[in-house]
Order: sequence, then structure tokens, then C-alpha cells
Amino acid sequence: MNYLLGAFKPACNVSITFSDGKNRKQVPMKKENGQTALVPLFQSQETLSGKVCIEPYQGKKVEHNGVKVELLGQIEMYFDRGNFYDFTSLVRELDVPGDIYERKTYPFEFPTVEMPYDTYNGVNVRLRYVLKVTVTRGYSGSIVEYQEFMVRNYAPPPPINNSIKMEVGIEDCLHIEFEYNKSKYHLKDVILGKIYFLLVRIKMKNMDLEIRRRESTGAGANTHVETETLAKFELMDGTPVRGESIPVRLFLAPYDLTPTHRNINNKFSVKYYLNLVLVDEEDRRYFKQQEITLYRLKADTSSV
Amino acid sequence: MIADDDEKWLAAATSAVKQNAFYMQRAIDSNNLKDALKFSAQMLGELRTSKLSPHKYYELYIRASDELRSLEMFFRDETARGCSIAELYELVQHAGNILPRLYLLCTIGSVYIKSKDVTAKDILKDLVEMCRAVQHPLRGLFLRSYLAQVTRDKLPSIGSELEGDAETHMDALEFVLQNFTEMNKLWVRMQHQGPAREKEKREKERNELRDLVGKNLHILGQLEGVDLVVYRDTVLPRILEQVVNCKDELAQCYLMDCIIQVFPDDFHLQTLDVLLGACPQLQPSVDIKTVLSGLMERLSNYAASSVEALPNFLQVDAFSKLNHAIGKVVEAQVDLPASASVTLYLFLLKFTLHVHSDRLDYVDQVLGSCVSQLSATGKLCDDKASKQIVAFLSAPLEKYNDVVTILKLTNYPRVMEYLDHDKNKAVAVIIIQSILKNDTRIATADEVDALFELIKGLIKDFDGLTDNDEIDEEDFQEEQNFVARLVHFLYNDDPEEMSKIIFRVRKHILTGGPKRLPLTIPPLVFSALKLIRRMRGGDENPFGDDTSTPQKILQLLTETVEVLSDVSASELALRLYLQCAQAANDCELETVAYEFFTKAYLLYEEEISDSKAQVTALRLIIGTLQRMRVFNAENREILTHKATGYSAKLLKKPDQCRAVYECAHLYWAEEGENLKDGERVVHCLKRSQKIADAVQQMSNKSRGASSTGSVSLYVELLNKYLYFLEKGYPQVTGETIQSLAELIRGETKKAESGAGSFITSTLRYMEFQRQQEDGGMNEKYQKIKMEWFE
Repeated sequence: MNYLLGAFKPACNVSITFSDGKNRKQVPMKKENGQTALVPLFQSQETLSGKVCIEPYQGKKVEHNGVKVELLGQIEMYFDRGNFYDFTSLVRELDVPGDIYERKTYPFEFPTVEMPYDTYNGVNVRLRYVLKVTVTRGYSGSIVEYQEFMVRNYAPPPPINNSIKMEVGIEDCLHIEFEYNKSKYHLKDVILGKIYFLLVRIKMKNMDLEIRRRESTGAGANTHVETETLAKFELMDGTPVRGESIPVRLFLAPYDLTPTHRNINNKFSVKYYLNLVLVDEEDRRYFKQQEITLYRLKADTSSV
Repeated sequence: MIADDDEKWLAAATSAVKQNAFYMQRAIDSNNLKDALKFSAQMLGELRTSKLSPHKYYELYIRASDELRSLEMFFRDETARGCSIAELYELVQHAGNILPRLYLLCTIGSVYIKSKDVTAKDILKDLVEMCRAVQHPLRGLFLRSYLAQVTRDKLPSIGSELEGDAETHMDALEFVLQNFTEMNKLWVRMQHQGPAREKEKREKERNELRDLVGKNLHILGQLEGVDLVVYRDTVLPRILEQVVNCKDELAQCYLMDCIIQVFPDDFHLQTLDVLLGACPQLQPSVDIKTVLSGLMERLSNYAASSVEALPNFLQVDAFSKLNHAIGKVVEAQVDLPASASVTLYLFLLKFTLHVHSDRLDYVDQVLGSCVSQLSATGKLCDDKASKQIVAFLSAPLEKYNDVVTILKLTNYPRVMEYLDHDKNKAVAVIIIQSILKNDTRIATADEVDALFELIKGLIKDFDGLTDNDEIDEEDFQEEQNFVARLVHFLYNDDPEEMSKIIFRVRKHILTGGPKRLPLTIPPLVFSALKLIRRMRGGDENPFGDDTSTPQKILQLLTETVEVLSDVSASELALRLYLQCAQAANDCELETVAYEFFTKAYLLYEEEISDSKAQVTALRLIIGTLQRMRVFNAENREILTHKATGYSAKLLKKPDQCRAVYECAHLYWAEEGENLKDGERVVHCLKRSQKIADAVQQMSNKSRGASSTGSVSLYVELLNKYLYFLEKGYPQVTGETIQSLAELIRGETKKAESGAGSFITSTLRYMEFQRQQEDGGMNEKYQKIKMEWFE
């Protein structure tokens, strides 16, 4: 039985190691099976170098038509599962066709790779980066090994960052003015603000601030929009009186946020909104949604 | 039903708190910060309930806040272990629900302050600002209460270890003031929560929570940085601003009281105008009198307790400020009941008496203000207000213990006018009692006038009062008794003034009406007679003023007593006439005395018809007449004759008998040499004996031996004879006495009489006199030869 199984086992073990693997930061990534694994973290313009090691199982030889390593940036739509769209594809040929009898190591290097997009794992779409080693074989099928890694790009603080200020209301019923200190926040930022109540004629139960993510995929008639509420943060308890101002202080760190992505390769967009929700005693909801831009600040690489 | 639900919800919430507290504690024990935060937030989440009544919510709050103490310790330990407190401060703010988040924030905040990593000011400011997020009145109130509680011992004040720069205590102050303001707003807002029909219940519940708000003022009162300047410039204006602006009766009432009770007396004194200035701005329904009276009471006690404080009172002119303020309040609150305004003035008066007891003008001013206030309302029917006025009027009496001082208060009687009849009398009685108790002399005619003006409720009937069927006779007697006693306290050593006093008193008393006069005139008469005697003793009218001669006064008394006979108090009038006659006699005023006797006789003839009364009256007449020395023979003859005539006309024989032998004295004056008419004396005695004989015969006839009456008459006669014998009157002989004695012996033999002891003692006396060795008495008695003596 063991013998039989052995016949279908791959003939060799392929492993990929990064040359700075021991020092490089590892971050958790959710795999398709729901488990999280630690993967190395990169950013654009970095050089990826390392070794591919092919070790045939004892007493076997590996015949191949060549060994190559690819660096792929892929976008996968879930409604079109299995179909990857590669927006980045770099190839290094590691070996010419031949036989491998014993453990063989191939160094590789992709210098200053352009990786413009962040790894993203959404509801309907996934953007991933992967190293793919292929040992091409004829009739018996190629041996393929993947090594995923994560890419996060950092942005400098935006030069212009206006506050969001707005007056909204329902005539003769509720009139509020809210203000968030910025329109662009980095992922570990804190949203500060104030809600002024100019007119209150309804009895309120509470007021929440929600962070919502809107992920739109596809284009034109095939556009899919998925909205998730990532945070629900109570701001106020009870009914204020006219003239009252309620403070807002929401730390973004505890939430699983990504930077805002606009039109990634014409495939998808991820946008974030702050949704201010007032709930009255009859459980009616009054809300106002405002887009905010999220970006990843360099400094916060040290944390997480 | 509702209460049951309340219990049920409380029980459920409590057990949830307990459970989460247990897990929290376990997490703390294993140094698991994340879980500790999670379970504490869950525990605090129970406080988000809207189902509990304030009372039950309080129980829940206490339980939860107790548990937070161990969390606070944990936070402290965590920071000691190197955990960044700033990070913790952020971490607790990740909680999704606002209420648990803020409780945790306050908890960590207090640790943060203690750690001195940041200035206390920033944390305090942040906490008090963030707490705005809870706008639900009940939950907000308790949250802020928790905030006040956990920061209380960390407030950076002068002397505390957290002292930073000079401004630090102002930060603490600012924090407490702000928290106070917000709590009060929430508290006031509570009344609008829920349906209108439960408003009353809600207000009751709200009242139970008031100490949560008031606690802030206590904290302020204990902040060391709060000195007079800070208090005057910052604390008080800020508090008052909130108090006035909240426009809520319950809050205003409570907080004003709090201010007064919490801060030191001298602060109040120095900021009196600010504090008082707020009063008229309060809601009309606020029970301002309680507030102000509390203030005045405190100031009064302050003045009483420390002598050094007094100059301050003068310096800030506390009195006129208070007076002014009360005026303002009364003016502003149109619906203020009379009782309330009177209470206000009562406390002002007490204050004045305490602090400015030397300033009678102040006292009068208070009375005046009260009058002008009362003039708007008219006579008081309100029992409560009347009682207050009685207390109001009694206060100066109690303070000064001197009615003369009170009489100087021109507004005093004006206040009394607003009392109803009963209360007016009550005050009058109080005034008189004060005089009696303190032995106050009312020494001038003007004071007398003023005094009687005050007590006129007792002196005369009120107009428009229907014949008081209700008046309790006993009370009436008592009251008039007081008036009568009062008359004797109106006294001046100077006869001139004294006679003026008497004239005035008479004028007042005469208005009293038939029921009072018999009770009030006698003291007046006697007071006047006393004066007359004094005048006689002194120099002869040194002033040459007509009003104060004895004649004038006696003339006055004639008229006065005459009034009595008009109100059918003839017996009394007769007695008084006789008293006057005696006084006239002492003053050698024959015609006047004669006049008095005439009047007495007239009364006897015309008004006194009762036989017993006649006997008494006649005895008085005889007794008085016997002592008169002023009459010439002719006048005396007339009067004596008349009296003897009356005697003979008495209805009952024994009475006749007695009266006649009494008359014998009229012919025998001890001192006056000119009057020793022995014949007439014996004549009287004989006649008396004849009447006694007649009585004896009558009684023998009608009832045989049983009568005793005449025997005692005989013995009485015997005594008279002995009297005259001793006086040495020639016409009274041993034989006469002897025969009388025989007669008595005869009568007593016939029947054992009840007069036995009288006889025996008379005989023993005679025996004694016979045995006397010297003095000449034995000689006289030797003349009597009696078998009894053998």
C-alpha cells in the first residue's frame, strides 16, 4: 500500500527560501482554508532574492524539461474562481532540461520589483503575490510549488488633509452638524470629531459611528458592490439637548482595515466610509455617510 | 406589579454583574489584561439598562463600581509591571459601547493622574469632556458621579502631592465646576423622561438623587485652593449661573441650600450681594424663604459664635443687603403667600437682633418692611401667617426683655394691626407677660399710651366683632387679670408724671366695656390712691399744676367709679367709693369725702337689694365711717344717723342686731377727742339687746329649746360691753354686764347651746382680767359681780 502511494507522490520536494528570511518581517495571512499562516512581507521596489531547493526523494531521479521561478501578481474574482488575472509576471529560468539525482539549489533574484498594489483579501476579490516554482515535466505532469508573500505599500502623509464638516438634518425634527478632524486617516490613526446638536425634537436611544467598507468589483453592467460594516462604535447614549456637543474619538487600530484602493487594474475598488447613525426610541435610524480615505503610514510598520 | 418587575430586573442585572466580575477577577489574577477588559466591559454593560428605577439603578451602580476598584488596582499593578499607561488609556477606549468605555476610561484616568506621567489637568479635562457622550440623565448622572468619586482624592489642590504650578488648583476647580454643571443639567432633565402622568413619582425619585449633584459642591467646599478670592470670582458666580439658568425649582431650591451649607460663613458674608442677587432670579415656585432663612440663620449663628466676625458684618453692611434682597424677592414673587414673606422677615429680624442688637432703627426698619408687605395683603386670615407674625413680634421681646424698648419701635403696633383678634390678644398677653416677668417699669405717660395702643386687643372689643359667644370665660378672666396686673407696673416716682399716667390709663381703660371694667378699674383706683397718699406725704404740690392735686385725682376717680355703677357692678363701686373716701379723709378733704359717702349711700339705697350684700356693704360703710376724721360734727351726725337707720332696717333680726351694735362704734372714736358720746353708745347697745331679746323670744316660740342663734348674739353683745368697759366708758356699768351675763346663763341652762365654747372663752377672758395685778383692768372688772365667778 505504502509502495503504491509512493508511486503517486511527487518525486521531489521543492522549497523556496528568501535570502533575508530570518530577518524579514512575517505577517499573518488568512489562507483559503480559513487558517492563518505567517508569510514574509514586502513592499514595492524591493528585491526578492533567495534559493529554490529541489531535493528528490531517496533513490529517485527527477527528469525535467527545465526549472523556472515566477513572481506573479494576481487578481482573482470569486465569481470567476480559478481564473487569475496576472498583472505582474516575472520569470527566471533556473535550469535547462535534464535530470536531478540529488539535492540541488538554485539562487534566484528579482531586483526592484514593481508591486504597485497591496495584497488584498476581500469578499469578492483577492489580490495576491506569489512565487511559483515549476519543474516542467513531460507526461507525468509538472511539479509546482508556491510561496505566497504579502505586499504592503506605504504612503506619506497627504499634503492636504481637510476636515470633514457638514450640517445635516430633517426639517423641524433634527439638525446636527458633525465634524471629523480629517478626511484621510492612516490605519492606526484616531478619528477625532464632534457632533453638534442644533435642533433635537426626537427622542434618541443612541448614536453610533460605523466604519463601512465598500468593495466594488467588475466593470460596467457586471459591477458587484459589497458593503461590510467593520466597526460599530457607540458615540452617545440618550437624547441630548439643543446646543450639546458630543465628542468623537475612534481609534482605528483594533479594526481590520486596509488602505483605500481605487480602481485596481480596472478590476476592483475598495472604499471606506464613516457612517453616523442616530437611532430613535422607535428604532428608526437616521444616518449620514461620508467617505474617508485610508492609507498606510510608513511608521506603523513597527507595530502589528 | 411594576415594583416586582423592577426587582426581577435588578436581580438579573446583579447576577450578570456578579458573574462578569468573577471572570474579570479571574483574568486579573492571571494577569490577562485582554480578558480583564473584556469582562469588565461586559459587567459595566449591565449599567446600560433603562429598565430600573433610580433607586434600583443606584444599587446596581454601587455593586458595579465596587468591582471596579479591583480593576483600578490591577491597572496600577500593570503599570508598575511596565505596561504603558498611555497605551492602557487608549486600549480601554476600544470598547464599542459608550457607557462601559467611559467607566473604564474614568478608572484608568484616575490611575493615570496618580502616575504623574501627564499633567492632571489634561486627563481631568479629557475625562469630563468625554463624559458628555452619555446624555441619558440617569446613566449620565451616575457616570459623572463615578468620575467625581474616583478623582476626588486625586484633585490637584494646594498641599497635595500632585501640586504642579500655581494654576493647578484652578484646573481642579474647573474640573469640578464643569462636572457639577453637567450633572445638574442631566438631573434637571430627568423630569422630562417618560410619560407626563408619572411626573410626580419621577420628581420624587429625582429628589432622591440630589445628593449626587450636591456632592460636587461638597468637593468644591473642601478643595484647598478655594479661598475667598477664588470663591468670589470664580466658584460662586459659576455655580449661581448654573443654578439660575437651569430654571428648575427642585434644583434651585436644593442647590441654594447646598451653597449656603457647604461654604464657610465668612465667604457668604463677603459675597452676600452676589448670593442675594441670585434670589429674585430663581423660579417663582422656589421656596425662597427656606433658602434665605437658612442663610440668615447661618449668619446669625456665625455672628453669635465669633465676636471677631461682627466688624465684618458692619463692613459689608449685611443688614441692608438682606433687607433689600428680601424686598426684591417679595416684589418679584407675586404669588408668595403671606406666611412665607412673614417668615422671611422673621428670620431677618432674628438676624438683626443677633448681629445688630444695638441698632433699634434696623429692627424698626424690618418691622416697617413687613408692614408695607402686609399692607398689600390686608388682614390675615391665614393661620400660618398669623402664627409667624406672633413669632415675629415675640422675637424682639425675647431679645431685649424690655417692653420700653419695643415701645420705641414705631412700626410694631402697625404690624399688630394685621393680626386677627385672637392672635392680637395673644401678642398682647405676651407683651404683658414680658413686663411682668422682667419687672419692667413703664414710667412715662407717652410710653403708657404706646403700650396701651399695643395691647388694645385686650382693652376693648374690636369693631365689627359680633358679640363673642365663643369667648371662653376663663380665658377672658385670665387676660383681664394680666391687664390688671399690668396697671401696677405703670409707675413713676414723680407724682406729676404718675398722675399723667393715671389719666392716660383711665382713658384707655374706660373704653373697655361692661365686661372688662369691673376687672380693670379697681387696680387703676388703687394705683391712683397710692399716688394720692404719696402726694400727701410729700410736699404740697410743688408744681402748681392743677391736674396733679389730690382733689383732681379724686374727682377723676369719682367719675371713674361712677362708670362702674353704670355697668351694674354696684357693690364694687361702693367699696371703691369707700376707699376713695378714706383717701380723701387722709387728705383732709371733707367735702370730697362727704361726696364719696353720699355716693356710697345712694348706691346702697338704690342698687343693693340683696340682703346679704346689704349686710356686707353696711359693715363696710360702718367700718369706714368709724375711721373718718375729717367730718365736722354736723356731717358726721348725718352720716352716722343714716347708717344707724340702715342698720335697723335690715331684713333679718340677727343682722339688725349685729349692725346696730356695730353702729355703737360710730359714736366713740378712739383718737378724736371730740367724739365720745357715751349715751348714744349705750343706746345703741341697748337697742341691739332688745333686738336680740326679740330674736330669742321668736326662736323660743317657734322651735322650743333648740335655737342657739340668740345666745351667740348675747355673747357678742357681752363682748361689746366688755370692750367699752375696758375703754373706760362711764355709762357701761358692772350691773349691765352682770345682768347680761345672768341672762346668758339663764338661756344656756335652758338649752345646751352650740355657742358653748364662745361663752366659755369669754368668761375665761373676764376671769383673767379680774386676776390682773396691774394696769387698772382688774379694777374695772371688779365691778362685775357674777355668780359664775364664785
